Amino acid sequence: MNRSFFAQSPSVLVFLGCLGLATLFVTVLSEAFGIGVLSTSFIKTLGKTLCLCLIAVAMDLVWGYAGILSLGHFAFFGLGGYMIGMWLMYERTREIVESSMSDAVIPPTPQEISDAIGNQIFGVVGSSEFPLIWTFADSLTIQLFLVVAIPGVLAGLFGWLAFRSRVTGVYLSILTQAMTLALSLYLFQNESGLRGNNGLSGLQNLPGVEAGQDVVSMWFFWASALALGLGYLLAARVISGKFGSVIRGIRDNEQRVRFLGYAVESYKLVIFAGTAMIAGIAGALYYPQAGIVNPAEIAPIASIYLAVWVAIGGRGRLYGAVLGAIFVSLVSSYFTGGQAPDINLGFYTIKWVDWWLVMLGISFVLVTLFAPKGLGGLVDLWEDRRRPDRHGADLGPDAGALREKEAVE
Amino acid sequence: MTTLLEVSGVSVSFDGFRAINNLSFQIGPAELRAIIGPNGAGKTTFMDIITGKTRPDEGRVIWGDLSRSLLSMSEAQIAQAGVGRKFQKPTVFEDQSVEENLLMALSNPRGPLAVLFYKPAKADLARVAELADEIGLRAQLFRKAGELSHGQKQWLEIGMLLAQDPKLLLVDEPAAGMTPEEREHTTQLLVEAAKTRAVVVVEHDMEFIRRLGCRVTVLHEGSVLAEGSLDHVTSNQDVIDVYLGR
Ligand SMILES: Nc1ncnc2c1ncn2[C@@H]1O[C@H](COP(=O)(O)OP(=O)(O)OP(=O)(O)O)[C@@H](O)[C@H]1O
Ligand SMILES: [Mg+2]
Repeated sequence: MNRSFFAQSPSVLVFLGCLGLATLFVTVLSEAFGIGVLSTSFIKTLGKTLCLCLIAVAMDLVWGYAGILSLGHFAFFGLGGYMIGMWLMYERTREIVESSMSDAVIPPTPQEISDAIGNQIFGVVGSSEFPLIWTFADSLTIQLFLVVAIPGVLAGLFGWLAFRSRVTGVYLSILTQAMTLALSLYLFQNESGLRGNNGLSGLQNLPGVEAGQDVVSMWFFWASALALGLGYLLAARVISGKFGSVIRGIRDNEQRVRFLGYAVESYKLVIFAGTAMIAGIAGALYYPQAGIVNPAEIAPIASIYLAVWVAIGGRGRLYGAVLGAIFVSLVSSYFTGGQAPDINLGFYTIKWVDWWLVMLGISFVLVTLFAPKGLGGLVDLWEDRRRPDRHGADLGPDAGALREKEAVE
Repeated sequence: MTTLLEVSGVSVSFDGFRAINNLSFQIGPAELRAIIGPNGAGKTTFMDIITGKTRPDEGRVIWGDLSRSLLSMSEAQIAQAGVGRKFQKPTVFEDQSVEENLLMALSNPRGPLAVLFYKPAKADLARVAELADEIGLRAQLFRKAGELSHGQKQWLEIGMLLAQDPKLLLVDEPAAGMTPEEREHTTQLLVEAAKTRAVVVVEHDMEFIRRLGCRVTVLHEGSVLAEGSLDHVTSNQDVIDVYLGR
């Protein structure tokens, strides 16, 4: 029997192939490097979608495979964005300030420059002092490190406290929501040092780069595709071997895994913190394409969306998460972007901008009830895979256990 | 005779109900022991206490040559120390293949890093194949455990138990739902296993117990009612009154 990684998970090769082709296709159609069919803003939408796919893969690892329904991973995504945003904003502002001051007769002192940058950045929240957390904002290396370190440490701390006291199921989900809410409320305050509800803006401008947005947007698109490819490969590697066996075991019956001698809490912690770091990276690629990151992005609802994407795509299979993220976010940008024509019923006009969320909610309920395998179920239809006959019983006693209807042979 | 496990004066209550009442129990390193008793006697709860699932209100549970207390250890640590358990209701990982189930149970390092970089060695695969032969699931190796019949799941769980290579096997009603031939096979496996390790079998079926041919402990209302050979305990008047006479 062939035990090589790709032979065991052929879907990984298919996925990487599709991703590569799509990247090539978009490049050829782009304004900067191709025939210019796709607008720069659409390239950005596509690049952002790839980042959402990456965090969806992380969500599938933590929920679909380890059974931890985290409703807080978007907070880690946002934090990743903030960490890279601090450097982008600082450097960009420094450039502008230094060039405007260089005309002065007397060369400005470093203190004057620093004050001027502080004034520029924190003027909106009525301050000019650099808060302590901006200490390393001038160092790209350190801020890049923080992109993974801050989500990792926060998730590690949270997970250590929660898993150690054996909080599971709904209670854990509620705790993650509480953490997310607390974080976003904190960031909304001007005193948080991250410009309160203004957030960090102008992130699309890369300091020291002359190239226009059409080129920069392609760089980010490529980087996002690369990150998604690597993230997918990593996730597939993690779930393919014995580690995957153990975390799926934890999802379906964690007590049984304990009796086999595995320290369930350590495994949960590794998965929770590891996926938080992936989320941080995804966020750090997303927000420079969005141009702005603010506390509203971290709001609890965002993390719930994430779970909805994965559910609609089909949890417990990585490509399902990706399909869900692409499908929902592209459809969402169609409906909320004002492109969808309103429907006039005579007595009432359905405005999709308002009704889209309702529709998403309804489809979530319908999918959970009638098509628990989500979009991934279509792939099974095509591959003609059956599910084990368990006479209606789920595959394990735990709250996060795979339901019989979700499983495939 | 040295003891592998010594349980002394253990009690546990659930909401005021004493499920285990001042129970004491000993087993040697290579001994087969059967535990019988009416429904609700506390047999499963007794296993829960040894494996760390339930913490007793009082009493001691002492393990091994080093006389460590199991009470301060987590379930995973107890399992790593060498206590393996088969549940009353077969619990295997239904979403995973028979092979994956066995590989997971195989006694290898259990830490996340070691597991992440684990590649099944030739010896491991050979052991899995050997176990699969022993439990009659060789042909099912790559099928999902969820598709197996009830009896096959029982077998798989027994196989996982053997794969763990524990010093003490706790087996809760292994023969439930098995055909006479399968019971015979189970008996052989357990007797064989008890040559090199301690095995505790909970069973209701007297015929099964008789074939094991070992010492029997009778539990009733959470404490030991009688202990000795099967003939000895079945002739005990108390045992006849509470268990056999019903
Ligand atoms: N977690 C629990 N909470 C409350 N009561 C419990 C709990 N676990 C066991 N009990 C009670 O303790 C008593 C002993 O149960 P136990 O399962 O150990 O019996 P048993 O000897 O294994 O019975 P059976 O032969 O039916 O398997 C029962 O009355 C049961 O209801
Ligand atoms: Mg029982």
